[in-house]
Amino acid sequence: MMRTLLLVFAKEVLDNFRDRRTLVSALVMGPLFGPILFAFVINLSIERSLSDVDETMQLPVIGTEHAPNLIRYLQSRNLDIVAGPPDREAAIDGVKTGAFDVVVIVPGEFGEQLADGVPARVEVITDAANTQAERDARRTLSALQAYSRELGAIRLVARGVSPLVVQALNVDEVDVSTPSGRSGILLGMMSYFFIFALLMGGMYLAIDTTAGERERGSLEPLLSLPVTRDQLMLGKIAATCVFMALSLLLSLGSFFFALKFMPFEELGMTPNFGPRVVIAAFFILTPFILLGASIMTLVASFTKSYKEAQTWLSIVLIAPTLPILIVSILALRPQLGFMFVPSLSQHLLLIDMVKNEPVNLLHVAISVLSTLAIGALLTWICARLYRREGLLG
Amino acid sequence: MITVRKIHKAFGSVQAVRGVSFEAPDGKVTGLLGPNGAGKSTTLRVLYTVLMPDRGDALIDGVNVVTDSLAARQRIGALPHGAGLYPHLSARENIAYYARLCGLDKHSIDDRVAGIIDMLEINDFADRHTKGFSQGQRTKVAIARALVHEPQNVILDEPSNGLDVMATRSLRRLILKLKESGRCVLFSSHVMQEVAALCDDIVIIANGQVAMNDSADGIRNRTGRDDLEDAFVQAIRLVEHA
Repeated sequence: MMRTLLLVFAKEVLDNFRDRRTLVSALVMGPLFGPILFAFVINLSIERSLSDVDETMQLPVIGTEHAPNLIRYLQSRNLDIVAGPPDREAAIDGVKTGAFDVVVIVPGEFGEQLADGVPARVEVITDAANTQAERDARRTLSALQAYSRELGAIRLVARGVSPLVVQALNVDEVDVSTPSGRSGILLGMMSYFFIFALLMGGMYLAIDTTAGERERGSLEPLLSLPVTRDQLMLGKIAATCVFMALSLLLSLGSFFFALKFMPFEELGMTPNFGPRVVIAAFFILTPFILLGASIMTLVASFTKSYKEAQTWLSIVLIAPTLPILIVSILALRPQLGFMFVPSLSQHLLLIDMVKNEPVNLLHVAISVLSTLAIGALLTWICARLYRREGLLG
Repeated sequence: MITVRKIHKAFGSVQAVRGVSFEAPDGKVTGLLGPNGAGKSTTLRVLYTVLMPDRGDALIDGVNVVTDSLAARQRIGALPHGAGLYPHLSARENIAYYARLCGLDKHSIDDRVAGIIDMLEINDFADRHTKGFSQGQRTKVAIARALVHEPQNVILDEPSNGLDVMATRSLRRLILKLKESGRCVLFSSHVMQEVAALCDDIVIIANGQVAMNDSADGIRNRTGRDDLEDAFVQAIRLVEHA
């Protein structure tokens, strides 16, 4: 009985190792997609956060002649003051079209208002819907506010009042997060890349062994052989699992190396992703392989053609993000019940490990067992389904 | 030996087969003849146990296809209509895969596969991946695959479809060889001449029923037509107007 299963398994593994499309998706696409996207996002955010402090920013100002002191102050804050558009209308148009990110307008009565001691009006024109403009605007506003505070303090001192009078509170924020803990936020998406790689690894096998086999016309002769259909199906699912495990291993490995080359220290993070975590992550994700293989095989069994199977399976690829997404949007704290939800439990356990926080062994047990149980149930359904003659389409 | 006993099979509201019975004895070639959509394929698919009949059953060497389908499959080599191969495996690997699944013992597999490759004259392309094979090459490999475990009963659904003259001739030689070795050969076709040239017994199916079941001569006598094609048309009319 096991013999048939092993024969089918060996044949599917050989067959698919010769199929370039399956190989590319299992061994290249899945494992590399995550690290590459990740490196890109991280480098971008580092670039952005560094540019905030260091880089000189160009700031168009209309009416520089009305406020020479303010302009000098802004220049001291690393803002390169350039001549703005001719008038207010042109400035608004310019910001709307994206020609300028921020334009500051100093009205003619600025000097007069300042001399009178009434709040002097300055306009900052920006587009909050544009991310770059919003950042520049924030920097401009903070510079203007700092100037306002400084001038205010000087005025108070001139009147013989301590500037501390206007500062009623002294707020001190104490951040207890560790560098590993902070990386959890960014690395939260890492767990999905593993699940994605794992599913990609088996996707073409799941299609090929069901819808593909039917479309090719090789299913009917196979079913006319003196073997039971359960054995055929189990052999196919086993082969799918092997490709998925391979893809997962490669994905973990490529992340392990990719993270070494990412400048996390500059973001104040040290993700805990050493060899021990890699091995632990593999064992935590392994139960998901059976679940993924059986659900993809099940879905592909219902479809009529290779193309239809592809369409449906791309939905299966996204489905595991749903529980993760819902929990992060609602900002729910991890709790025991979540460990019964596949993909979510793996995600939460992985985050704990990457944050270098103690992993609850009961949670691990529940995650592994519940995911395996659902996988086994789906595999059983697959085997039952293969007994239907409707399968032949 | 194949015995078909009053098989009924419907797909939804379409009654594909209604009470087909016939017998295909060992050492003879039995032809299932009928127009497209007559129920030939459905009948054969019940015999190689891919379909379950709604009513009736069939015996393969006395083994019931409905109640003991696994044992029945052991006695059958089947070539389904439009059978496909695995494109990334060579012809030899395709055949060997089936040989292993049929439970042939490890040591004899290579010899058996080589033997059937010789018999079907497919040595020239036996070690090429089957991707890109012509229809004739594919059919030959599919037949080899179905026969590798030397089944007593051979069921071929429209085996000559898409074959050229040379390939058809070698298929005919193969069928006669199987017959001489005492096998039961049952094949379907909608080509009159082919059936007439090969078959000892002819079962004409029309509209899901057996219209006539006799030797070629018997059919000529019973319809009163000398030309088998006329006889065929006549037999079908009898059913359709019944």
